[in-house]
Amino acid sequence: MSYLVAHSGRVAALLGQHVVLVAVSLAIALAIALPLGIAAARQPRAGAVILGIAGTLYTIPSLALLALLVTLLGLGPVTAVVALVVYAQMVLIRGVVAGLRSVDPALIDAARGLGLTARQALLRVELPAALPVVLGGVRVAAVTLVALATVAAWINAGGLGVLLFEGILTQNDDKIVAGSLAAAALAIVADLVLRAGERAVRR
Amino acid sequence: MEAPAHAPGARVEFRGVGVRYGDAAAPAVSNVDLTVAAGTFAVLLGPSGCGKSTLLRTINRLVEPTSGTVLIDGVDVRDREPTQLRRGIGYAIQAVGLFPHYTVARNIAVVPALLGWERARIETRVDELLSLMKLEPSRYRDRLPRQLSGGEAQRVGVARALAAEPRVLLMDEPFAAVDAIVRASLQDQIARVHRELRTTIVFVTHDVDEALRLADRVVVMNAGRVVQEAPPADLLTAPADDFVRSLVGVDAETRQLALERPLIER
Repeated sequence: MSYLVAHSGRVAALLGQHVVLVAVSLAIALAIALPLGIAAARQPRAGAVILGIAGTLYTIPSLALLALLVTLLGLGPVTAVVALVVYAQMVLIRGVVAGLRSVDPALIDAARGLGLTARQALLRVELPAALPVVLGGVRVAAVTLVALATVAAWINAGGLGVLLFEGILTQNDDKIVAGSLAAAALAIVADLVLRAGERAVRR
Repeated sequence: MEAPAHAPGARVEFRGVGVRYGDAAAPAVSNVDLTVAAGTFAVLLGPSGCGKSTLLRTINRLVEPTSGTVLIDGVDVRDREPTQLRRGIGYAIQAVGLFPHYTVARNIAVVPALLGWERARIETRVDELLSLMKLEPSRYRDRLPRQLSGGEAQRVGVARALAAEPRVLLMDEPFAAVDAIVRASLQDQIARVHRELRTTIVFVTHDVDEALRLADRVVVMNAGRVVQEAPPADLLTAPADDFVRSLVGVDAETRQLALERPLIER
């Protein structure tokens, strides 16, 4: 704990980098996963392909994916964001598909029968009704990314992983504990905030 | 209460309408010729799978016939863009399908809003419809669907279907999911609404008593075909065949007595 207290400013700065890394990755990942998930829910055949690819990418060990991306994109936060976006796809797309499939078919029938276009039905009825399940996916993705983002320090992308790698190299257990605690706290907070969001939209 | 302003009902015609789903062995609907006169309360009656819902859904193009033509006031529904067509046709279903994140008022306002009505006109119309359905506007306007009972939700569903003053109202087993007492009250209300508005209603049910109680004309269907189209009394006294006879059943005489007793408020 002594490192955490003595260097709280540095820990806070790294925590800030960590949050930005995760938030930016999650936002980009969601912008990609939403249309892919909608397509996957609409077209079961395309859906199998999309989920297959996302699932395969998800199985690549994170260090291997980072190493591969470094050869293409070099070191730094951009490479880390790309890796995190790739990892988040699987969970997010699944969330969107499950969310849309959970919508009561009668709701869609009513929407179409009243004269909403397919697009209006999707935006005004289906996506809002799917939102709690979609947010569940976002929550799992966020927690996963908080953990994965610690590895990003290995390619000079900053974040709390810096403390872990420094601690390992210099055999400074205190640094490792500080980094781990901060990362765990961040994951818990992200989980709680998004859970509250889920409850709010379920209401 | 004054009946809200409305356009009178339209005539609905089926000419040789057939529907075959994908590679199904038997068609869901075959060769239906039927005219529902303007302002008629027509009930499509038959066992599940007889094609009554499918036939209903050809009117607003939720199902496209594989043969034949559906006309509303002489105009082929295929000449209308589907969403535009549907905005002019009321649609109420068994599961109601109220949008859960919309208030009651916003649910009722869905079609008028799509049609670009002015806000003041929509608000007036919403209150008018809530009153028509015997739901006190000030109490119900701002509720969410999950704060309604099954019967209240269905009344809001009917109000939503009537919102844009449709000339045809389609109702697919609208009262099948509520208990008998609520169902009777909803039946009274839709009978009264029909009497006030004279909207053409096409109503699907498998409940013989409901059909006899509400219909001006009952259309009995079996295996995708219309087997009899007649006023309720004729169905009991002159069933077209054994199927109709067994459908109206051994209770035919009791049912006839019930028919002679007027509906509450009718």
